[in-house]
Amino acid sequence: MVASRTSNTNPARIPALGVRVLILLFASILLMVLDHRQNHLDAVRKAVGAAVYPIQLVVDAPFRLWEWVRESTKSRDEMQQELNHLRNERLFTRAELQQLNALKAENARLRDLLEARARVRDEIRVAKIMAVDANPYRHNIVIDIGAREGAYDGQAIIDAVGVIGQVIATGLTTSQAMLISDPSHSLPVEVNRNGLRTIANGTGEFGRLDLPFVTNNADIQPGDLLVTSGLGGAFPAGYPVAVVATVNRIPQDPFADVTATPTAALDQVREVMLIWSSAETQTETEPGDE
Amino acid sequence: MSSGGGTQRLPVFITIIVALMLMVVPLPDWAAPFRPDWVALTLIYWAMMMPRTWSVGSAWIIGILLDVAQGTILGQHALALCLIVFITVRFHLLMRVFPLQQLAATVFAILALYQFILFWINGIAGIDVPAVDYWGPVITGTLFWPAVLVVLRGVRVRVQLGH
Repeated sequence: MVASRTSNTNPARIPALGVRVLILLFASILLMVLDHRQNHLDAVRKAVGAAVYPIQLVVDAPFRLWEWVRESTKSRDEMQQELNHLRNERLFTRAELQQLNALKAENARLRDLLEARARVRDEIRVAKIMAVDANPYRHNIVIDIGAREGAYDGQAIIDAVGVIGQVIATGLTTSQAMLISDPSHSLPVEVNRNGLRTIANGTGEFGRLDLPFVTNNADIQPGDLLVTSGLGGAFPAGYPVAVVATVNRIPQDPFADVTATPTAALDQVREVMLIWSSAETQTETEPGDE
Repeated sequence: MSSGGGTQRLPVFITIIVALMLMVVPLPDWAAPFRPDWVALTLIYWAMMMPRTWSVGSAWIIGILLDVAQGTILGQHALALCLIVFITVRFHLLMRVFPLQQLAATVFAILALYQFILFWINGIAGIDVPAVDYWGPVITGTLFWPAVLVVLRGVRVRVQLGH
């Protein structure tokens, strides 16, 4: 009697706590299985992402503001310098572009001769990396282009000098992207010099990729440029990825120990480009769990 | 009214939003593994002080928000937060009368469990994570706990006086 009365008035008793926690634990396990095994929960992610977006926006705002202030308070000299620099650069790129047009025409002609499928022009759009930290366990970034602008899972992301990574989850207005340096990221590449195909794995370090499947007698040397091979479907072919840094041939092992340095400064970029390749067929692309 | 049920949810909600923001504020690479689990700390406090209003249900929903914000597996943080809040609610009367050192030790244990769950799930999902990412948040979280305690106590006193 006394015991039951104390337990009734005891503020420590939260009704049905055990049952609720069991239901919620079960629900989270179900969610995780659905999310990890199949990607059935894109819609859920998008809906919740809309709620999270204001938070990201508020966190990002001061950084944007700071950038804006810095930009708008630049001195005239600095501006002039930058303008000159850009003018020069434009001149150079224009000169290169002239050649490019000729080469393109020639390439198309040769492809005609070979009866190969013409290479398609990719559509490119600039995205800003938001100043918010993403998944602490992975090399992820958040960009300010989402499903509303047409971003899709597996889409390739580059910057001016090389491949950055790919989109792994699209929200309505933002997307999460995985960098090529993430340990679970693999990228089909080829050596630009001779077309030797291999795979570049992320290592978890921004400045290093591993090429685990290069045979000991393969023709590869430090300084070789690696470009995307286009195999696997996620990345369009021909974008620079990394430069081979070290080649260590171990006689008793079947594969050489090859590392490469990404051409893009993965930890420094603020602006990236998303590629829409028009030959793109919505294939299932795994960001690579294995 | 009673210490268990504050009905003013908004100020508490704001503290949780702030905690979520602190979770995504960019840190330099060397500091990133030592980011305290602000959301976990905040939820532990509110579960301890207002277990009727802030219990496993809210922890689960906030965990889902955190999962989406960070792009982790959907349900990972939800499960971990749900469990530690459950433990806190179960022992909230005890924890309220703990002296600071003992409470800090308890929080350390709870945070360690929290990280353990997150890492366990990572392990099952095949995501490789260095050990510093495990202990970093546990240690810094415990160090920041007194500060969290002071700030949130201020909020709570206002909430309960204003009521």
